[in-house]
Amino acid sequence: MSNSNFIQILYQTFVERADLIKVGIQEHLILVLFAMFFAIIIAVPLGVFLTNYKKLAEPIIGIVAVVQTIPSLALLGFMLPLVGIGKTNAIIALTAYALLPVLRNTYTGISEVDPSTIEAGKGMGMKRWQILGMIQIPLALPVIMAGIRTSTVITIGTATLATFVGAGGLGNIIYRGITMQNTQLILAGAIPAALFAIITDFILKKFEIKVTPQGIRS
Amino acid sequence: MIEFKNVTKQYADGFEAIKSIDLKVERAEILTLIGPSGCGKTTTMKMINRLIEPTSGQILVEGKDIKNVDPVELRRNIGYVIQQIGLMPHMTIEDNIALIPKLKKWPKERYLAKVDELLDMVGLDPSLYKKRYPNELSGGQQQRIGVIRALAGDPQIILMDEPFSALDPLSREQLQDELVRLQEEIQKTVVFVTHDMDEALKISTRIAIMRTGNILQLDTPDRILRRPKDKFVREFIGEKRRMEGIGNPTASDLMHQRAVSISPKRGLAEAFQVIKNERVDKLFVVGKQMELLGVVSLEKLTDHYKEEDKTVVDIMDKQVIKVHTDEAVGEVADIFTNRDINAIPVVNDGKLSGVITRTSLIRGIAEWEQKKGGDENE
Repeated sequence: MSNSNFIQILYQTFVERADLIKVGIQEHLILVLFAMFFAIIIAVPLGVFLTNYKKLAEPIIGIVAVVQTIPSLALLGFMLPLVGIGKTNAIIALTAYALLPVLRNTYTGISEVDPSTIEAGKGMGMKRWQILGMIQIPLALPVIMAGIRTSTVITIGTATLATFVGAGGLGNIIYRGITMQNTQLILAGAIPAALFAIITDFILKKFEIKVTPQGIRS
Repeated sequence: MIEFKNVTKQYADGFEAIKSIDLKVERAEILTLIGPSGCGKTTTMKMINRLIEPTSGQILVEGKDIKNVDPVELRRNIGYVIQQIGLMPHMTIEDNIALIPKLKKWPKERYLAKVDELLDMVGLDPSLYKKRYPNELSGGQQQRIGVIRALAGDPQIILMDEPFSALDPLSREQLQDELVRLQEEIQKTVVFVTHDMDEALKISTRIAIMRTGNILQLDTPDRILRRPKDKFVREFIGEKRRMEGIGNPTASDLMHQRAVSISPKRGLAEAFQVIKNERVDKLFVVGKQMELLGVVSLEKLTDHYKEEDKTVVDIMDKQVIKVHTDEAVGEVADIFTNRDINAIPVVNDGKLSGVITRTSLIRGIAEWEQKKGGDENE
């Protein structure tokens, strides 16, 4: 099979499977959006909370890190008896995976805010939530955003495994290609997944720069 | 304005940061707390805005026990300047200065006007600096913003925790000068913590020298220089600084401590005898409390010698040329030049504390120069 032939067939695959790919991307997007949504609403407040209880921080971040070490496929399988097949299973597992970078960056970002700004704020009569909202979060936001970006890109990759619990996504196409030993079909799933990750990374990077307060941009 | 009543601070580990402090900070003065590290100066200051709570005792601000004041409310009415400056890096200069007014919910026009007014006051053009960020300013400029940020909410009290010690020497000098100038205008009650004696001497109305949780001496810079209370204070100030600070010797440095005196009820023969024995030409007449009443000269004694029932009080001169212990050397020298006089009594609170003669004047100046010179060679 010559190279030009290969590319021609790949192109045909994309054209013929356009609907399948479209559905795959939609499903994939939904999985990632839900997983990231839950990961952010859990990990950001938890990270902020832990900065006030530093003794708890190490053990809790440790537990979240342990979750990360479970092979993704195993975690999906492990959850089958608990939540069964489908999107819920996948979203729970993906959320669990997405937690660590967001949690760790939130914790680090808030902890590393220059203590003199906090002392000044306190000395000027700012309430605790004002210090958090007006000083700590704005200054930690770039670091928190970097965590969200890392986490999102990882989740886009991991979400290809959601197919094994019947949650769909671009993984469907890849898996089908593997079973049919059809390289072009595998790529028809893998290339959109990779582009999805790259584009998301790019957009989130722009966003990260946007949320970096002007006074601390280097 | 601020009053500490028997305040102590003991930490959980048993360390007594403040052993028992009574302190009154007067309205519109700059009171400096100074001492070696660990002496409790910062702790003392931070108790005023309740960043640190005392273990026992009472702290009154404008007559109110601050224990019963909400700390947030208290702090919004006490300016606070710290060594690390602590400007919000993500806020413009304007937003930094307006922070407390905004917390106090001032209307926008009011705090915007205040920002301009304060920037003008420290010589930073508002149109040029308002929209900049802290990292675009030099250290000295940043701390100027730190100072005016503390003034923005119109507090009566400002706490300054080693505000200039992280700056380069030039900016430090400038900011000290500005603070002194500013204070004449704004008349705030300032509590200033430093470990720099030169700084304290330059800016303070009064200085409290602290050591191991106690205030050793609380006095004006001048009096601390002149009369260090003990060896620690003397060493802490440094002999050289004492000399420089005092500048020139005063009457008390030039006098003999032993002035020959006599009580008013003594007879003239007795007085004559004393003059003879002491080889002086006049006697100072003093009361029971050493208060200077007059002077009897040898000529006067000789003139009245025959009047046996008279005592010195009857013949003494009540108009006495005298100087106070604080009198400068120049004044003393002027008296010797312009008047035909050999000895000038030196008084302190009306009491005779010594006498300056031409000889003691010369010797005093010589000793002073020697002390000064010797010190510079250290």
